[in-house]
Amino acid sequence: MSTLEVSPAAPCSAESVRRIINDFTIQVATVNGSGSQTANSVLMRAIFQMGVPVSGKNMFPSNIAGLPTWFTIRASGHGYIGRKKEVDFLVAMNPETAREDVMNLPAGAAVIYDEPLKLNALRTDVHFYPAPFDKLVAPVCPEPKLRKLVRNMLYDGIIAYLLDIDMEEIRKALITQFGARKAKAAALNLGACQAGYEYASKNLPKTDPFSVERMNETAGKIIIDGNSAAAMGCMFAGVTVVTWYPITPSSSLVETLIGYLKRHRVDKETGKATYAVVQAEDELASIGMAIGAGWGGARSMTSTAGPGISLMSEIVGLGYYAEIPAVIFDVQRVGPSTGLPTRTAQGDLLSTALLSHGDTKHPMYFPSSPDECFTMAGEAFDLAEKFQTPVFVMLDLDLGMNNWMSDPFEYPTKPLDRGKVLAAEDLERLGGFARYKDVDGDGVGYRTLPNTSHPGAAYFTRGSGHNDRAAYSEREDDYVNNMDRLNRKFESIRGAMLKPVVDSHPEAKIGLVYEGTSRYAVEESRDQIRREHGVETSSLRLRGYPFTHELVDFIRKHDRVYIVDQNRDAQLLALMRLEFDPADIARLHSIRYYGGLPLDARTISDEIVRQEGL
Amino acid sequence: MSTTLTPPPPKKINRIGLEVLSYKGGKTTLCAGCGHNSVSERLIEVFYEMGIEPWKVAKFSGIGCSSKSPAYFLNLAHGFNSVHGRMPAVATGAILANRGILGIGITGDGDTASIGLGQFMHLLRRNLPLIYVIENNGVYGLTKGQFSATADLNSTLKTGVINDLPPFDCCSLALEWGATFVARTFSGDKRQLTAILKAAVSHNGLSVIDVISPCVTFNDHVGSTKSYTYMKDHEEPLHEVDFVPHFEDITVDIAEGEVQDVKMHDGSTLRLRKLDRNYNATGKFDALIALNEAEKKGEVLTGVLYVNPDKPNFLDMLNLDDAPLATLPESKVRPSRAALDELMEELR
Repeated sequence: MSTLEVSPAAPCSAESVRRIINDFTIQVATVNGSGSQTANSVLMRAIFQMGVPVSGKNMFPSNIAGLPTWFTIRASGHGYIGRKKEVDFLVAMNPETAREDVMNLPAGAAVIYDEPLKLNALRTDVHFYPAPFDKLVAPVCPEPKLRKLVRNMLYDGIIAYLLDIDMEEIRKALITQFGARKAKAAALNLGACQAGYEYASKNLPKTDPFSVERMNETAGKIIIDGNSAAAMGCMFAGVTVVTWYPITPSSSLVETLIGYLKRHRVDKETGKATYAVVQAEDELASIGMAIGAGWGGARSMTSTAGPGISLMSEIVGLGYYAEIPAVIFDVQRVGPSTGLPTRTAQGDLLSTALLSHGDTKHPMYFPSSPDECFTMAGEAFDLAEKFQTPVFVMLDLDLGMNNWMSDPFEYPTKPLDRGKVLAAEDLERLGGFARYKDVDGDGVGYRTLPNTSHPGAAYFTRGSGHNDRAAYSEREDDYVNNMDRLNRKFESIRGAMLKPVVDSHPEAKIGLVYEGTSRYAVEESRDQIRREHGVETSSLRLRGYPFTHELVDFIRKHDRVYIVDQNRDAQLLALMRLEFDPADIARLHSIRYYGGLPLDARTISDEIVRQEGL
Repeated sequence: MSTTLTPPPPKKINRIGLEVLSYKGGKTTLCAGCGHNSVSERLIEVFYEMGIEPWKVAKFSGIGCSSKSPAYFLNLAHGFNSVHGRMPAVATGAILANRGILGIGITGDGDTASIGLGQFMHLLRRNLPLIYVIENNGVYGLTKGQFSATADLNSTLKTGVINDLPPFDCCSLALEWGATFVARTFSGDKRQLTAILKAAVSHNGLSVIDVISPCVTFNDHVGSTKSYTYMKDHEEPLHEVDFVPHFEDITVDIAEGEVQDVKMHDGSTLRLRKLDRNYNATGKFDALIALNEAEKKGEVLTGVLYVNPDKPNFLDMLNLDDAPLATLPESKVRPSRAALDELMEELR
């Protein structure tokens, strides 16, 4: 028995609706493992090819097959690519969730569904488009085993007809999806798509208001997920040792990287690899290898998610204290513990910033787009080697695993910054060195690599107390001097950290501070607040930690500053509390979302309206 | 008064012109008589005698008394005293980064058989080129005398506590998990330890050397099976181990009796003058059986238990560039602009 009730609303008719162009969300509800990913990607790409800004978000279970999955595609002529809460166009393919999916729709939405589900009996205020999927798929897919997969392409055809998506764009998207080598599979899928289109054109008169119209907002852009973008960034940053342990949602970062490296980093003359990738036995080993490799002079990295970060804690502390570079990607998911492995959050900020026992702190980058995943990967490797310390790049599942529209990446022109490394010639000239001596006043000593052919090259690295010559020491003054120098180094890192992106409105009394994927929801929310309440806001998007002075300046310019957090405990705000003056902290307010879905603009707007009393 | 001056005796140097002083380490802080100090002394001799450039060596360790010892030999080599039980991962990363390194890892029974057992297994699986010395005393010294996982069943602590759990035999485990060089020796057996270490230097892969190294403070009493007395009474050598480096002529040492010569990867020879005529050091199952039988008899079998010089090491498996990855120039590690353009085009 369903607990859902039919909302009493006006019945839908074709006459009563206005047209809504390039501003809607399609949600495809399926069962995971049913092969709907191709149909969804093709649909998203076809809209993209028509020049309309689009985003796709996969809400999937932590499971291989048989559980509900929702894929949402948002088309927005305004360029809003964050999640939108309301679904306008539902494709109900999962009998398990179909009733609830339909009942959750706003009035005026449209539903494509498999005819036997008889969903049209549920409501009168939405537009229903029934189609006999099984009957339609049989003639276009003679091989019964493939029907389950090809079946999904039928809804692409039906949607193409109803939303006025050019079938030629669907065909092109299919070819891109399958590549030239799988032309047969592309043809089979296109056949199903055409069958859906024809069925709809003959049997489904359009009554809903939604449609796609060609624009020119996506020319030259690419579609890519954040993990792949970060992987590409690593390759062009000259990564040489990659260690990892599989974990959702970060696995695809290294898996994609392996593909790129095989293509572009095997020496053409010798056939030898200019990189090493090791799938470790666990995250203790993957971070241990990354730190060992960083010590040995490699550009080393690992990639993980929250549970892996927890496991890496001890060795990250070693990296901090012994001053060893490594880059760690954290593609955040919902914690604590196993949490919701396939849902998104920004819940590792506090634990990562201060990861490991004793006094430790670590720089973090906050990419908000594939483009920034690419560039910040490069920044992170430079920062790690320049400051000889572990550096974190904080993605989240939404950024890492979903497909995003992006400007194409620019080729990095800045030479790799390998930091302060003394070669044999330098040692000959200098007559020796003290590993942890602050020669330059920036808190960063000079290091040597093992296998440097000079009798003065060696030093002893340890996670135990040491003096500036790297000798074991338990002396109070040695310990304090060392810890104070590490603090100076952290201040130097602050000076080198990427500045935030500030958008100040001269009249704004309210400011919004956020990082990463909160960007899209915040940008849209600011428009909502302006449009619906006539209130201007300013915004500051953080691109890294430690915070730079621009953040304090921004806070002081506004009466109230809302810190947007995708976690329960306001972790970004908590990091500010650790270092700001009470007067500045008093201006800070919190907006938090921690439901596991990508943050949407309405959630932020509602909170601002509530807290501001608008 | 004599008027003739006698010239000072020429300083003794090795084949690359270095004195033994160049191979020394810092002053040990371990207890006087600790077996670990003998291992450090042997390492100094071995690297000196083989004429290895000390700055080519990198020393790795975890945490514990054993892990302190890299500070007590080869001051001219880089050292890394890392985290308890995680030395294998750190060494793996460093050697991948910098393949010119001759890596030596010093661990103890706590590091290898307890907290780091998993990393030890996976290290074996990868056959990383590394000399892996277990300074095995069956006891946690640095935390003042608790049993380790290699302490024998029914052995006693100084406090009288009896061990009621069976031990791990690191050599048997190493054999099971795919080791390519497994040896057991006793820190007090200078000649055997030296020969085994030299062979390990020449081995192309991971060499596991389990050195029974008595703890004079916490585990050298009656009732301990890792004491000097027990080892002197129960050590059962399989063979006399000789090692002839590639730069020496093997004919200098013509042996009598049954001899097994193993040709090492670098052209040197590991010569095993068999005491047990049936023992074959290239047979993994022979080794496992021998260990099993010795255990039943309460003997500690020493010597090179197994060697396989032919299995590819981890760097070969990864098809790594011949030059160290650490110092590859930017031109080799950053693909061209055309490569990025091509990738972008595929995503449009």
